[in-house]
Amino acid sequence: MTQPLEILPSRAASIVEAGQAGGSVRCGKVSVAGSVSQRACVFCGSRVVLYPIADALHLVHGPIGCAAYTWDIRGAQSSGPQLFRNSFSTDLQELDVIYGGEQKLERALRELIAKHKPKAAFVYGTCIVGLIGDDVAAVCKRLSAETGIPVLPVASEGFKGTKKDGYKAACEALYKLIGTGDTSEISPLSINLMGDFNIAGESWVIREYFERMGIQVVATITGDGRVDAIRRCHGAKLNLVQCSGSMTHLAKKMHEEHGIPFKRVSFFGIEDMSAALYDVAKFFGGEELMDKARAVVRDEVAKIYPQLRAWRDDLHGKKAAVYVGGAFKAFSLVRALRTLGMRTAVVGTQTGDADDYNTLREMCDPGTIIVDDSNPIELAKFCLEQDVDLFIGGVKERPIAYKLGIGFCDHNHERKECLAGFVGMLNFGREVHASVMSPVWNFVPRRAAKHAITPTAGAPKSKEAVA
Amino acid sequence: MSCSSCTNQPVTPEVFGAEGEHPDFPNGSTNPCKLCTPLGACLAFKGIAGAVPLLHGSQGCATYIRRYLISHFREPVDIASTNFSEDTAVFGGRKNLHTALDNVGRQYRPALVGIATTCLSETMGENMPMLLGEYRAEARDLPPEAERPELVHVSTPSFKGTHASGFHAAVRAIVTALAGTESPGATAESRLAIFPGMVSPEDLRHLRDFCAAWGEDAITLVPDYSETLDGPSWADFIRTPPGGTTIDELRALSHAKAALELGHSLATAPITAGTHLKTKFSVPLHRLGLPIGVRANDAFCTALAEATGRELPERIAAERGRLLDSYVDAHKYLAGKKAIVYGEDDLVAGLTVFLAETGVVPVLVASGERNGRLAEAIFTAAPELRNRIEVREGSDFGEIEQRIEELKPDMLIGSSKGYKLARSLGVPLVRCGFPVHDRLGAQRIRLLGYGGTQQLFDRIVNALLEAKQEHSDIGYSYL
Repeated sequence: MTQPLEILPSRAASIVEAGQAGGSVRCGKVSVAGSVSQRACVFCGSRVVLYPIADALHLVHGPIGCAAYTWDIRGAQSSGPQLFRNSFSTDLQELDVIYGGEQKLERALRELIAKHKPKAAFVYGTCIVGLIGDDVAAVCKRLSAETGIPVLPVASEGFKGTKKDGYKAACEALYKLIGTGDTSEISPLSINLMGDFNIAGESWVIREYFERMGIQVVATITGDGRVDAIRRCHGAKLNLVQCSGSMTHLAKKMHEEHGIPFKRVSFFGIEDMSAALYDVAKFFGGEELMDKARAVVRDEVAKIYPQLRAWRDDLHGKKAAVYVGGAFKAFSLVRALRTLGMRTAVVGTQTGDADDYNTLREMCDPGTIIVDDSNPIELAKFCLEQDVDLFIGGVKERPIAYKLGIGFCDHNHERKECLAGFVGMLNFGREVHASVMSPVWNFVPRRAAKHAITPTAGAPKSKEAVA
Repeated sequence: MSCSSCTNQPVTPEVFGAEGEHPDFPNGSTNPCKLCTPLGACLAFKGIAGAVPLLHGSQGCATYIRRYLISHFREPVDIASTNFSEDTAVFGGRKNLHTALDNVGRQYRPALVGIATTCLSETMGENMPMLLGEYRAEARDLPPEAERPELVHVSTPSFKGTHASGFHAAVRAIVTALAGTESPGATAESRLAIFPGMVSPEDLRHLRDFCAAWGEDAITLVPDYSETLDGPSWADFIRTPPGGTTIDELRALSHAKAALELGHSLATAPITAGTHLKTKFSVPLHRLGLPIGVRANDAFCTALAEATGRELPERIAAERGRLLDSYVDAHKYLAGKKAIVYGEDDLVAGLTVFLAETGVVPVLVASGERNGRLAEAIFTAAPELRNRIEVREGSDFGEIEQRIEELKPDMLIGSSKGYKLARSLGVPLVRCGFPVHDRLGAQRIRLLGYGGTQQLFDRIVNALLEAKQEHSDIGYSYL
């Protein structure tokens, strides 16, 4: 390296090392201008949360970009309607910006609702909507009265905060639906799955575990989401909140207004998935339910454990960097990597809070770099310094890993692989193993010297024990 | 419109969606056939050596655009943002812009920072020349190597134009800012300049080869992301990937021996990078279509012959001969086949003019662009298509879908965004343009030159043969 990679002075307080004394991680702030943050914006937060609601119309009010970049790129699946996979935009033009976009919004809503007959419509405000003074709420109210379906404004102007504020705006819009549906025939043993977005069918996997325990899943919010299910989800007895950053706000509101308690869980990795099932069994009580949870865990772990052990032989001692959106996923990944024999050497998130980073400091091995709201140069620097073998992140992080000859696992919403639940742990292990143990690293310039090619070097020791 | 009338009889001349009100879709867009203007600007800036794009607006714009470009090129695409907050939107972006320029300088040591606006900063009415002038005038507390990159600003409100027009605007801004700014006495050689438009890295490399065959070993391509967006694996971390048009090359454009600007639609735009060089520095300008197909390549070669004073090289003549030979070999497979072509205006114009040579009928040509030039650009270059095809500006996939039942296309040609339609119709999609997010090698898709056309032509023919074979009950392996 010709010049050492330095950290911007204004970023230094957002980086700590596990095992070192020092103050808490600076976090929860807007990104430093010019830092090339990996974060997105308020709109992105709202769009991520609401996108999987399959029978709703999602109309992005603004110029074309925001709608175009979020058109059918995510792995959220629907068992029925596919309306959500379209991109609808008011596509505001210069004259709309000058004279206001309300009329165009109204016409677009009227036309699209008549054409697609959605169960509800979400109208996302983008950056300029606030500036040009469109009264989106008023248009929504009018169209709701006219069409008879809920038409809900989402206050997601990109610059009005961070992605977290977008989550909150989405929760506020969702909350307007909740409590408006019929709650008859809901079991006393019932839950909602919140913050699971059914990437590659994950909600279905999790739902099936709970159904085996005799627990009814009233609504998945928002994976494979349906407006009617969300309307009646206040009939459930417990909310399980997975992506805590995005959905805790809604869970709290439901606790306050509907008296429904919530538990923060994660469905990634054997430990956290099992803990989620046990937590629910404990909540409803009774040895019988706990036995059922144990049976699910026992049966599922038995199916995957031999293969995981085989991979662990190859992966033992390898190092990983983790950079993801939310902290709960980061916690799970640190544990899941341990299951595979790997150590987390770098871990960061876009939206973690001070408590989250304290947790990471406690759970990670000494020397692990912990970072909030990082950027490509920092991430590259940490990967090189820690000499990691694997990077877990999203599409934006992938080229950092690949260019430096580092394996990669996509754990973002664009992925098309199921990584949740026990079967997800198996898929995760397979993907990590496939990338870390690939022969291509023997040839890439940065690592070729280290991986001097011999007839056996780099060849995995393990054999696939299960298909 | 029945099948036979498409191919045999002239139909009502149909040119839709030109400047102004869009008659069918006044209410917005369903599944857009365009991206926003700043994306194109970022792509153009990525083709300048040592450049870092900086978007003046919300963090999301940079992040979304990065992700979109990364998924296509599979390369690092660092784009900085001035990262507006509510305060910025109220009090203006001066402080954010200056901080961002400092931080980009510190982190990347760029040779150039390409500053593109967004819908937010444009709606606020940010006075960019003034803000950048203030930045240049102020003393900065920066390490020496991080100081004083060239700052090039382009106005890219996303409520006006598309990613393609953003691209052209950035190219024009770069050339306007830098051409002719050499220090006195500089003696850079007089080169041939090419403004290739929004083409693949492989096509950029091919343009170099093509010109080398004409004896032009050193040409100035603006922009040139052939290496920056299709580079090798790294031995060590690289702040800005090597490659790209250098600042010195850009400065020397004022005495280019000639400029070739590619794009049928761009050719009638009032002001471009090429017209700037012509007007201000009297650089001879050749405004041509993208060299796809025999006619467009012949025109390209004629321009090269004029600019270089040399005759058609044998190697290129041989490529031309092979392409024509394959036209003959395949003509019956293609006769009367109907294609829907969509994407950037210059791309669809180039493809359409080429398809018309082969017997394929481009029944619907759709672009998200809305500059009123597309139809005429196509009909000027391929007069035989006049009154025989639909050309739609300001189009989207919602509109294309509405036309499909009537048009019954045999194939789609364009970005991977047409996959859903192609799948529902059970017809092949020949991928080209931007984005290609569902295949490997988008950077290496070739269209330009006789050789690039050959590759495209083979892909088109084989896609149709494959479809025929797949749908046949017998399954011949000898076609």
